[in-house]
Amino acid sequence: MTTRWSRKDLLGLRELSAEEINFILETTDAFKQVGTREIKKVPALRGKTLVNFFVEPSTRTRTSFELAAFRLSADVINISATTSSLTKGETLKDTARNLEALHADVLVLRHSSAGAPQFLGNRLKASVINAGDGAHEHPTQALLDLYTIREKRGKIAGLHVVIIGDILFSRVARSNIFGLVKLGARVTLVGPSTLVPREFEKLGVEVSHKIDDVLPNADVVNLLRIQHERQREEYFPGIDEYTRFFGLTKERAKLLKPDCLIMHPGPINRGVEIDSEVADGLQSVILDQVTNGLAVRMAVLYLCGGIATT
Amino acid sequence: MKNEKQSSSPGVPIMDADGIRRALQRIAHEIIERDPQLAQIVLAGIPSRGVEIAKRIAEFIRGIEKIDIDTGIIDVAMHRDDVGTRPELPVVRASKLPVPLEERTVIIVDDVLYTGRTARAAMDAINSFGRPARIQLAALIDRGHRELPIRADYVGKNLPTAANEKVRVRIGSSNEPDGVWLIKE
Repeated sequence: MTTRWSRKDLLGLRELSAEEINFILETTDAFKQVGTREIKKVPALRGKTLVNFFVEPSTRTRTSFELAAFRLSADVINISATTSSLTKGETLKDTARNLEALHADVLVLRHSSAGAPQFLGNRLKASVINAGDGAHEHPTQALLDLYTIREKRGKIAGLHVVIIGDILFSRVARSNIFGLVKLGARVTLVGPSTLVPREFEKLGVEVSHKIDDVLPNADVVNLLRIQHERQREEYFPGIDEYTRFFGLTKERAKLLKPDCLIMHPGPINRGVEIDSEVADGLQSVILDQVTNGLAVRMAVLYLCGGIATT
Repeated sequence: MKNEKQSSSPGVPIMDADGIRRALQRIAHEIIERDPQLAQIVLAGIPSRGVEIAKRIAEFIRGIEKIDIDTGIIDVAMHRDDVGTRPELPVVRASKLPVPLEERTVIIVDDVLYTGRTARAAMDAINSFGRPARIQLAALIDRGHRELPIRADYVGKNLPTAANEKVRVRIGSSNEPDGVWLIKE
């Protein structure tokens, strides 16, 4: 492969080419290997300072980035919404400028507003990594999903990937759609019409509201959590109703092909979007996703944080 | 430095395919002569040309002594000392070494030995896999200009160069013959 990496920011998958996405996935192979060494730490970002700036709560993404940074020998500061001056009325830009005055080299940002990472990436010398912005994009989650599919099935092009659940409010779904379509997968979105509107077809995917019709020809199912925190109105009658029509129950899982992968970005609502037996079953790669998430984030931090930014 | 840019000018021929074959065959003989415990050796190639050179040396040793030598891949990108100074980054390959490395002799294999910084990074990378009994260095070309206290144990050809010259190595290409050229800037 002759492509080289030259971006300082990772804002979303929409702006990346298929070659750039594949470049990150190949780099991830190298960093996944580091996790199997006797010393699981490399000096790639030694002397660099990484700021985990999480304006929205998150445990798994933040700790994954933190461990990734440790394994690259970077120094890490964690700032959350409750401990930052954002609660005292400081603007996002001022907070970030203060971080840069401390010579932070990489800013990992989670924010409730779509576009916040781009706003900062355009203004700061530091690398900005989007760790989820509103209902817009969550690029590292989609990259780890792509990596897991490629690892388990050996390819992505030509596979039928079914994303089920709260698509409307899901940045995970959006980033996955951009990545999967660019790499040549067939994508079907499934959920109630209020959460999976037909407008999504414009992104090059299919939309279905009947899960039982779609499951038998899926190669991968990716289940999304119902985002209670983002729903201001009632989009479906109730949780029981959702499980009855769209949950991956034990019975419904029997419709799947034996080699179909079951994925979930976590945290799982057991008994809501997925039954416990299915989440812990042989087809589930949910914990592989967690392991691969660490390697993907090491690769992204190495690439964006490792290039000259002058 | 590794990653010499491919140049359109052919440059001065230094070695042809036969010359490379003879040099690697001689290195294989030297390794056999110097190390009685061949089974303990690991030839760790630095991508991409070092991996091909390691493979060929292993084949020569197999041909001479009828013994299979372990080979591995050691990518040094994440152990380099020039972090944050390059505008673009090449792809990093997964490293692969047989473990445990204790009691073993790891021979780092590269195409061109120049400043020594790649060899230093490779030693650092190998140590994160474990603690080999010893680490040695083999290079097809030693062009001088060391910036670190490093020397090669096995050298295919010593090639005096000026700092503004480049050494181009082609080995293992599917459609073009092997060779080494010196390119003047």
